[in-house]
Amino acid sequence: MSRDWPLWEVFVRPRGGLEHRHVGSVHAPDAEMAVRHARDTYTRRMEGVSLWVVRSNDITASDPDRSAEMFEPAESKIYRHPTFYDLPDAVKHM
Amino acid sequence: MYTTEMDKKAADAGLAQNDAEDPAKVARFEERVAADEFIEPNDWMPEAYRKTLVRQISQHAHSEIVGMLPEGNWLTRAPSLARKAILLAKIQDEAGHGLYLYCAAETLGTSRQEMIEALHSGKAKYSTIFNYPTLTWADIGAIGWLVDGAAIMNQVPLQRTSYGPYARAMVRICKEESFHQRQGFDLLLQLVNGTPEQKAMAQDALGRWWWPSLMMFGPPDDQSPNTARSMRWRIKRETNDELRQRFVDATVPQAELLGLKVPDPDLTWNEERGHYDFGEIDWAEFYAVVRGDGPLAKERLKARRDAWDQGAWVREAADAYEAKQAQRSLAA
Repeated sequence: MSRDWPLWEVFVRPRGGLEHRHVGSVHAPDAEMAVRHARDTYTRRMEGVSLWVVRSNDITASDPDRSAEMFEPAESKIYRHPTFYDLPDAVKHM
Repeated sequence: MYTTEMDKKAADAGLAQNDAEDPAKVARFEERVAADEFIEPNDWMPEAYRKTLVRQISQHAHSEIVGMLPEGNWLTRAPSLARKAILLAKIQDEAGHGLYLYCAAETLGTSRQEMIEALHSGKAKYSTIFNYPTLTWADIGAIGWLVDGAAIMNQVPLQRTSYGPYARAMVRICKEESFHQRQGFDLLLQLVNGTPEQKAMAQDALGRWWWPSLMMFGPPDDQSPNTARSMRWRIKRETNDELRQRFVDATVPQAELLGLKVPDPDLTWNEERGHYDFGEIDWAEFYAVVRGDGPLAKERLKARRDAWDQGAWVREAADAYEAKQAQRSLAA
């Protein structure tokens, strides 16, 4: 092998009803092999019932150097949380 | 661990070096690690931090891979089907641990191929412990109990190491490693409750593996030049001597439980310190083994290279299959 196989990110669904979660990555020549490698590498102890693999290079990520301005706008909007509102004691459940 | 591939990283390489001089960025980085924040692959980091991590993580990965070899020798000779299945599962875990760690190192801009070549050419280091021979079945027990036990002591604090992908790999590894230690102890427990010959075999294994296990924690703190910086950067969370002491304190009572004698005449409980005092470690031997003078260093690397070469046709077949499928989907 003159160069590494492409890298794939691996996502596992731990059990029905839960979402797939990123667990790591594997090298593989194609998607089918990536799924096989992912099974042997990340589900040796019944960690999942379903696997996704995605080419790492196909992922677009936000820029960590600009994360402050990216996520700052939400900081000042505390009225989006239910605890922002003071209700009279008479209101028991809301 | 989210990883950027080499071809993407190569373009940033020149940039990163100019950045290394920027004191504002260094200060911001120091601030973040001091506050116990995690550093992620695309975050700015000093070149020395990156290099230290690549070296530490890849050495760790190599150790997992080479660690399969002494145990693999015993697969066909394990005394029962149950022990064979357990040993096979442990060896498979070691391969998995190597893969988690290689992936973590790759997020720092090195490639899998570079690391494998460094291992096979003898340029890269791996844990010296694997250059000792496994002479009897009891050695497989001693490796699980002592070698994996020492590894766990080292790895538990690394779950909080500052580099995110490394810390996450360690969490996964620690979860799986506990089985390795227990199966080793269980194996020895069975031997010490067997015939006198079997018990003697267990004692002999402890005699040979005790000191090399203590050496696994690395040189003493006053001879470990990079410790201070690695502690500040949270690459290391506890010093070699602290971890070694913790291992001795935890393991001596377990040896007593097995009815085995630790081969150290100076070993005594120190009431005042609340720790065991133990004898001087033969560091000359340690450095000889690091240099590759271990009885088995050459054999281990040869076995590793042979496995790689003999598996070449599988990798080539996978490549050929992928090429054929790609061509077919193009034609369709």
